[in-house]
Amino acid sequence: MTTERAQSEGPAITAPRRPAVKMPGRSTGAHGRGNRLGARDRRRRAVRWLPYLLLLPALIAELAVHVIPMLVGVWMSLQQITQFTLRDWTRAPFIGIDNFALAANLASPVGAQLLHSFGVTVLFTVLVVGACWLLGLAAAVALQKPFPGRGVLRVLFLVPFALPVFTAVITWRFMLQRDTGLVNAVLVDWLGLFDERPFWLVGSNSFSSLVVVMIWKTWPYAFLTITAGLQSIPDELYEVAETDGASPWQKLRGVTLPSLRPVNRVLLLVLFLWSFNDFTVPYTLFGSAAPAEADVLSVHIYQSSFVTWNFGLGSAMSVLVLLFLLLVSVVYMWASGRRTTDAS
Amino acid sequence: VRSSKTAAVLAALFLVLGITSCGSGGESGSKTLTYWASNQSTSLDADRQILQPELDKFEQQTGIHVNLEVIAWPDLLNRILAATTSGQGPDVLNIGNTWSASLQATGALKQFDDAAFEQIGGREKFLASSMQATGAAGQPPTAVPLYGLAYGLFYNKKIFADAGLQPPTTWQELVDVAHKLTVPSKGQWGIGIEGASYTEGSHFAFMFGRQHGAQLFNGTEPRFDSPQMVSAVKQYVDLISSGVANPSDAEHLNDTEMDAEFSSGKAAMIMQQNNAVAVLKSQGMEESAYGVVPIPAPDPLPAGGKKVSSHVAGINIAAFAGSENLSGALRFINFMTSPDEQKLLNGKLGSLPVLKDAYNDPQFSTPLIGTFRQVLADQSESLPMIPQESQFETLIGTAVKDLLAQAASGQPVDDSVIQAKLRSANDQMRSGG
Repeated sequence: MTTERAQSEGPAITAPRRPAVKMPGRSTGAHGRGNRLGARDRRRRAVRWLPYLLLLPALIAELAVHVIPMLVGVWMSLQQITQFTLRDWTRAPFIGIDNFALAANLASPVGAQLLHSFGVTVLFTVLVVGACWLLGLAAAVALQKPFPGRGVLRVLFLVPFALPVFTAVITWRFMLQRDTGLVNAVLVDWLGLFDERPFWLVGSNSFSSLVVVMIWKTWPYAFLTITAGLQSIPDELYEVAETDGASPWQKLRGVTLPSLRPVNRVLLLVLFLWSFNDFTVPYTLFGSAAPAEADVLSVHIYQSSFVTWNFGLGSAMSVLVLLFLLLVSVVYMWASGRRTTDAS
Repeated sequence: VRSSKTAAVLAALFLVLGITSCGSGGESGSKTLTYWASNQSTSLDADRQILQPELDKFEQQTGIHVNLEVIAWPDLLNRILAATTSGQGPDVLNIGNTWSASLQATGALKQFDDAAFEQIGGREKFLASSMQATGAAGQPPTAVPLYGLAYGLFYNKKIFADAGLQPPTTWQELVDVAHKLTVPSKGQWGIGIEGASYTEGSHFAFMFGRQHGAQLFNGTEPRFDSPQMVSAVKQYVDLISSGVANPSDAEHLNDTEMDAEFSSGKAAMIMQQNNAVAVLKSQGMEESAYGVVPIPAPDPLPAGGKKVSSHVAGINIAAFAGSENLSGALRFINFMTSPDEQKLLNGKLGSLPVLKDAYNDPQFSTPLIGTFRQVLADQSESLPMIPQESQFETLIGTAVKDLLAQAASGQPVDDSVIQAKLRSANDQMRSGG
């Protein structure tokens, strides 16, 4: 979760640095203007410094909340932090990349399970991001034109996003129970789709359950973002398209999607980071030992550190995930940014 | 204007620094103690109401005020670990007794050497079996027993009487009885289990493992995949494979889910610790409606096997080594483990006293308590008291949980499947996962 925030807020930290580059030029301009101008210049300089001073608390908060914990995490991954060294963890033995070697050694059960968990997480993320984006787009486009009841529908669509995650997921847990859950009542008792009552919380179906619950929880964000993006598309574009006799499908491909590109660029990244890192949904649904089929990285790492007291190893796994997410994010922003420039 | 702006900026800065640096603190002097209690009764609030009058009593006797915080089980270990790393913790705390050796290894808890034992009334006052689960062998313990727990086999008296059956005394009888009591058309099953709980899975793997003669560790070298362990895990998983437990039980994550099946008559038997008594009562099932016998073992016992019906379960009490009021902490531990408090608290919380002397109280001479007491005193063995105990619980427990899920979805779970799963857990334990 730290990584995702740091990602999304990254531009906010770097932005103010740009005007700072111009500073030397301005001070040379003031050089040699005499004493009368000196007072005003001083005041101007103070005014110039003020924005940075005002940003300082934010910078300190950012360092304290995101950057320092991340660096501590990296440092922890190089130490042997177990129950023996936990109490005086700042003086835990330095073991270099041993934790990484263990986590990345695919021949060892630790590495093999991490790889398995990574595969599960990637598949999970792809499905969730794809479905959330499609659902969000479909719903936003369907509600683009005013009609009676549009406001009610918009509110209804946003409900999953507004509910406290824990409460919502616990409700899903009840619904997914094999004997008494609503899902089996509908699928088996009413519709008669299965002869045998399927399991949704253990075994292979647990993965589908996790994907469905995560989509349910996350897609309203895609809906909200795309709805906002649609507001900025000028009606004239649609009018012109209609005059040319464009079908709804052509309007979607020719007008809506190109206009949404900047929105989608950020939206997909945020959805990706959220799904990849989500902890609350799998943990609430399955407890601290998730079924192997639904053993996503966040829970897997939690189990490898907190439950088994090996914090160094857990940190090493987290750092590996951080590097992967960083790589994906940078490549994605670079590739999608290039495409946007090409298009314009 | 400028100075007020600067002041505002500085104020904002201090605010931020203040926020980031808080979390330290925690008052303690010679007249106050902070006590972290684990959740023992039906709710955190019920625990507070039971404990507070006793803390007031302690304050009257000693003038030491105790700040109580009752902590739910899912949070307790994380809170203790956070306190361990930061050095900012309570003065006295409760721990699950299976964590004793792991927490002992951190050095965060006060060692009970002879001098410390003298201040709390001596090592000899405690039940010998409960003392087993206070730390690694050969080292001074870092916790002492507080509440005793043990497993028992709960059986529904009415269902048994209607079928003309007696509670089982061997594992074969248990399976046989369970078959007779499984009536899927009535939604009734022979036995209920808590399949998705990895802690339960690890407890039964240990208990049945000891019945089959398994040694989980040779020193610190894991032996999870021995033929004895395979038989032990099979004994548990077969409850689902052979159709005497509802396959849906593989989803049960909490005690209450399994207890509800028992109290509603959907399961004729359950294997639970004695704190289930309070839960069953809250679900409307009175003590007269069920009986408890020790969880039976195979007969004859396999070679090297022992008649183990429970691990030494329970809660220990410990003093935080970083406490600024260690003498007050020891006085409080002495108070909580005194015969009077042991009788009163264990009576209210539905647990077992950990003192030999406390059992002369009539409230502990019911047949129900008698069974649990006998199991705890004579038929229980401590889980391995080694620092890696929690890894064992996680790895074996998760393996058992996965196997139960497989059995529940109709896949065959035979010796080779179990062996492969246990070997993988063993390899992981060995490689330090």
